[in-house]
Amino acid sequence: MALIDALLAAGQQILSPVTAAFALAAIGLNIHYGYTGLINFGQAGFVAVGAYGFALSVVWLGLPTWVAILIAFGAAALFAVLLGIPTLRLRGDYLAIVTIAAAEIVRYTVNSALFDDVTGGAQGITNNPSQGSDYSTWLDQFNPFGEGRIELGPWVFTGTSLWWALVTWVIVGLVTLLVWLLMRSPWGLTLRGVREDQEAMASLGKNVGAIKMQALVLGGVIGAMAGILYVLPAAVSPIDFNSRMTFNLFTIVLLGGAATIFGPILGSILFWAVLVLSEAAITWLVDIGVLAAVADAPQLRFALVGLALALLIVFRPQGILGNRKEMSFDRS
Amino acid sequence: MTAVRHAEDPILVAEGVHRHFGGVTAVDVERIEVPRGQITALIGPNGAGKTTLFNCLTGFDAADAGTWTFDGRAMAGLVRHKVARAGMVRTFQLTRVLGKLTVMENMLLGAAQPGEKFSRALVKPWWKAARESEIQHAEELLVRFKLDAKRDDYAASLSGGQRKLLEMARALMARPRLLMLDEPMAGVNPALVQSLLDHIAELPSQGVSVVFVEHDMHVVKTIADWVVVMAEGKVVAEGEPGPTLANPAVIDAYLGAHHDVDLRAIIREREGSAS
Repeated sequence: MALIDALLAAGQQILSPVTAAFALAAIGLNIHYGYTGLINFGQAGFVAVGAYGFALSVVWLGLPTWVAILIAFGAAALFAVLLGIPTLRLRGDYLAIVTIAAAEIVRYTVNSALFDDVTGGAQGITNNPSQGSDYSTWLDQFNPFGEGRIELGPWVFTGTSLWWALVTWVIVGLVTLLVWLLMRSPWGLTLRGVREDQEAMASLGKNVGAIKMQALVLGGVIGAMAGILYVLPAAVSPIDFNSRMTFNLFTIVLLGGAATIFGPILGSILFWAVLVLSEAAITWLVDIGVLAAVADAPQLRFALVGLALALLIVFRPQGILGNRKEMSFDRS
Repeated sequence: MTAVRHAEDPILVAEGVHRHFGGVTAVDVERIEVPRGQITALIGPNGAGKTTLFNCLTGFDAADAGTWTFDGRAMAGLVRHKVARAGMVRTFQLTRVLGKLTVMENMLLGAAQPGEKFSRALVKPWWKAARESEIQHAEELLVRFKLDAKRDDYAASLSGGQRKLLEMARALMARPRLLMLDEPMAGVNPALVQSLLDHIAELPSQGVSVVFVEHDMHVVKTIADWVVVMAEGKVVAEGEPGPTLANPAVIDAYLGAHHDVDLRAIIREREGSAS
């Protein structure tokens, strides 16, 4: 019984907007890291910029939703350009250092009590019409499922949560299509060329700096889109955008297979399913008395994720959808 | 020192090119000319500044001083990808293939295609025709360079010599008017050298001028129409290969007194004097 419940919970988690948002953020990171070879350790920063750019535009500035979405995208593009100008001409590891720092700067800034009046500080931004602060009402009005309970096979949803799941996964599908169209084009090939050898690309007349900047902006804007999806069904909470989010996204990209079209989606689904299942397993171990019932036992699941990632890198470095042959050429 | 003879119709003229690293002067070239429609060999001992000069002229390194014109156009200070687009395309001493791309993908990146613009990438009809004509061009080049069987293999799976061939074929995809080859024969199996030489020798007839760095004097004598000798950052002689290479000063100082003697003969001579 416990096993079936755990599997059902995993299934529900897969359909949730959080899984979709992580898939989308991972699609953006895959453009950076998988295709272009840019080591962006601050994808959570782009997600945060998207989430705050969107929510603040609606709640604080009172702008219409579509303008708020454009502002979120614009802010992420600007963030990418600001990060890119000083770092893209340098070696790859500098970008890693700067992005991880910049993402933390974003998080500490919105988290700071200094801007409490605007960002809500550590409380974040409430998304509840009855409290006079909400940003998803406009999209909610198109909800065709109503507010009631909806049973979908063994799963029970509220109408609202089903609506958010549908919206977010459709957007993931559309962005995947967009990325596929881009990556089959000669432009997509220049990204992979830059990943392989920038000097060679420059010798062939390619503007390496511009290519890297375009990739950084595109992946960053997709990350911002993920940020909007992530906060739509919930509130904005600054703690979510910590470095762990970035590393979970890297886990997702590597799990699914870097530089593959469906890798980030598959990676996100598996990542969250494993997380839910391992949580259930830990709870069960506590119940039968094998593990001590300490308060943070469920946190042990992230240790299991780390172990799974280490095993993956050793035994299947190309990820699930990646090409083994490609990996065999990586310098050992 | 030989009197410096200039080429008749240079495609590339550089003057006062200077590059130093700390206190070391790597390049101090008063004037160098590369004749149009010919094959020019750039020779000189290790550390003569040949590669540094290549890097400066192609924008891969910033010269401290100097001006140069390519086909009448001032090129000093131009960023490297613009140098390549202007028609000066270089290869590298240590081959740089794009390993995890196929041979064909490597070739296609040599060409400038409309679909490489982000604004054009989404809609296939906007770039399909141009890409197909580049694929056709690439296939012809791959046949010429005997790489057609490797078309869909990863470039990383090629041998060292095949990589040299691919790099040269890829550079030709960029439609160069001046191809600058940095030691194209280095590390290439002797059986392939002849085929590489044949390819280089064909280029002037296709409107491509060539300048290449080389250490093997037999190679230089075989295909070069013009020779420029560098030493300690300076051009010390230039002219047609016969007289230039025969110049005793060039031979003694920069090529070594035994350059055309069989190595075994030298060893025998030494063993003879030792016993």
